Amino acid sequence: MIAESGHYALVLALGLALIQSFVPLIGARLRDPALMNVARSTALAQLLFVGASFAALVMLHVSSDFSVANVYENSHSMKPLIYKITGVWGNHEGSMLLWVSILALFGGLVAIFGNNLPLSLRAHVLAVQAWIASAFYLFILMTSNPFLRIANPPIEGRDLNPVLQDIGLAVHPPMLYLGYVGFSISFSFAIAALIEGRIDAAWARWVRPWTLVAWIFLTLGIAMGSYWAYYELGWGGWWFWDPVENASLMPWLAGTALLHSALVMEKRNALKVWTILLSILTFSLSLLGTFLVRSGVITSVHAFANDPTRGVFILLILCLFIGGSLSLFAGRATSLKQGGLFAPISREGALVLNNLLLTVACAVVLFGTLYPLAMEVLADFKMSVGAPFYNLSFVPLFALLLLAVPFGPMLAWKRGDLLGVTQRLLAAGVAGLVAVAVAWGWARGGSALAPLAIGLGIFVIAGAVTDLAERTGLFRLPFATTLHRARGLPRSAWGAAFAHAGLGVALLGIVCETTWNSEYIATMKQNDVAHLAGYDLKLDGLFQRQGPNFREMIAEFNVSRDGETLSVMTPSKRSFTTRGSSTTEAALLTRGASQLYISLGDVTAEGAVAVRIYHKPLVLLIWWGPVLMAFGGMLSLSDRRLRVGAPKPARAKQSLQPAE
Amino acid sequence: MRRMFVALIALALLGMPEARAVQPDEIMADPAKEARARELSRELRCMVCQNQSIDDSDAPLARDLRLLVRERIAAGDSNSQVLDFLVARYGEFVLLKPRFERQTLLLWLLAPVLLGGGGLALWLQIRRRSRSGADIPMPPLTPDEKSRLAALMSDDATSR
Repeated sequence: MIAESGHYALVLALGLALIQSFVPLIGARLRDPALMNVARSTALAQLLFVGASFAALVMLHVSSDFSVANVYENSHSMKPLIYKITGVWGNHEGSMLLWVSILALFGGLVAIFGNNLPLSLRAHVLAVQAWIASAFYLFILMTSNPFLRIANPPIEGRDLNPVLQDIGLAVHPPMLYLGYVGFSISFSFAIAALIEGRIDAAWARWVRPWTLVAWIFLTLGIAMGSYWAYYELGWGGWWFWDPVENASLMPWLAGTALLHSALVMEKRNALKVWTILLSILTFSLSLLGTFLVRSGVITSVHAFANDPTRGVFILLILCLFIGGSLSLFAGRATSLKQGGLFAPISREGALVLNNLLLTVACAVVLFGTLYPLAMEVLADFKMSVGAPFYNLSFVPLFALLLLAVPFGPMLAWKRGDLLGVTQRLLAAGVAGLVAVAVAWGWARGGSALAPLAIGLGIFVIAGAVTDLAERTGLFRLPFATTLHRARGLPRSAWGAAFAHAGLGVALLGIVCETTWNSEYIATMKQNDVAHLAGYDLKLDGLFQRQGPNFREMIAEFNVSRDGETLSVMTPSKRSFTTRGSSTTEAALLTRGASQLYISLGDVTAEGAVAVRIYHKPLVLLIWWGPVLMAFGGMLSLSDRRLRVGAPKPARAKQSLQPAE
Repeated sequence: MRRMFVALIALALLGMPEARAVQPDEIMADPAKEARARELSRELRCMVCQNQSIDDSDAPLARDLRLLVRERIAAGDSNSQVLDFLVARYGEFVLLKPRFERQTLLLWLLAPVLLGGGGLALWLQIRRRSRSGADIPMPPLTPDEKSRLAALMSDDATSR
């Protein structure tokens, strides 16, 4: 009954989405407010029905109803409750349902918080949202129905892939989807603007908060996923340039570019055409990511060819939306007038450079991901593109970008003074050079690149601090004045500084981890001691333990430094009987921003165990950086709400002016 | 050498037990050679895995390849000779860093061409436009917007 209700709710949501796809557009044509307002009600109703459908699937998973194929294939009655819930989106059908739920959520949010928008713009935006929603409802209902029943229900389920039974999975996909799908809003705004043929600074002002929300979630989602891979996959890697990761990185790069170009459009009425194009591209890349991950084309072209229904369906959606939106863009873009002149050296110029570097970096990732596929299909040439390629092509682009980051916010709009800014950044530059010298001396030679990269990271952080110091007049003016100015400084300025500093922090972590990571690989017996980076790790013994749906072997390590016991670390190996597979649960010991990392290998017949112990200096900075960036984004967002939302006057105005 | 073969045979006999990345018994006695082996391993793909290097992978095939790399290094091959040997056996697919050749030209040249071309085009366009003078005026407000603005302004006035 629950399954059928969930299925039916989804069908109803499709019906609502179809109404929302056309009625508001007709309303906009006829300038009929009632018809245009239909979008608002249908968007909210859609949210209700998709929410009900999603809740139904959660209930089925929680109650372990194995008569539903999706539950049977991905759940087990002994699985802990939290993983019964998170397992809902740990599979294809469920994750697509999550995708449309989040899409409906964003549609509902526009309907609720879009009071400030002109009626016809809101109608258009929600209609475009409904096009996307209809396509994906159809996809789910026709190829990936999560509510399918099994004729003869089995007694027990097949359990969720053990690697996915982790708290990281509870948070990572929803965050990532909030980011991916959030960019659909800026896409819809862009299409709406192209249809209406009217794009101005106000448009950018409405789009920016939505883009920012999506960007914050995507940033956190990517960071979460990276940390999850780091501790769950068992060899301490945190980024693999895997196509699935690239699929999330590309919208992030394009979205970051979009945030910056929308800024130029909002403040200076320039870069309009480019901003519209970026809005389209960012969401197109999100769709591409969905296609790459969901069609199985990445695992191998042949897997895709063997069961092409889903892949071809998403490919069709992809072509329809990307092709359609780009044709609309090509047709209408020339009619958009460009305003806001600026000299090459100016804040606008710096933001154009930011966009150029981010777009090229994004293109590199796109090519790296798709090139092997294209070569295999077109030229029958099997090749691989992996981390060493990106290290040579992507990393230099980002180094250039980071070098430019401190200059951007300090240049004036319209015409900037590069020499003046350089002088003001002198202190930050000196800090960077000192960091290079210190790192060089401390590492005693070795790779010259690492100290330079450390210097770059310090320069970016010091640059962000300098920007704030300049704006508040720190050290130049009396402290009280500085404090007063700091309070008066727009939150977006604080946000930008935090986000930029976050880049520097992440860079420091990445460089330290990759360059000065030390490892110890050996087979250890009881009471053996491993020495690594000043720590002594003594293997106290091996134990067996029974978990809810697995058995695990735990190794207990006594960690000490200079004879003083610090902690006990317990890495383990879990074997899951239902799937006959096992996972490695690494043990982590955090010391400041550095970590000790132990992961277990096989046990030999004599009772010795293969261990891999890593010392990862400052590794946590890799994830603190993105957290700082997201925090900056939130600061900036809170600023926008204060200035743009202006709820009271807006409502008062609407009551004064019923006919719009 | 002999020990590696024994290990290989033992591995085959045991029906490929699970192994994790670099195993203690694989490590070469000479640290310099081991470092070279690790460096090469990071550039080689485990062909049965999804985009993993043989240094990261726990698949039995990756172990075979790691042993093969070490075997070639022990036999005195240079790094490029080891790579050539593996490409001759397994094709370009085994390289995570594709070689610079006809088929990969576009891939390698993409970033410099886009960056150079895009940068030049943008610079010229911005300079041309900033010299051409007159700024295009903002579009005038629509009647809707005008009445809205008036409402906002009067609202502001009353609230203050």
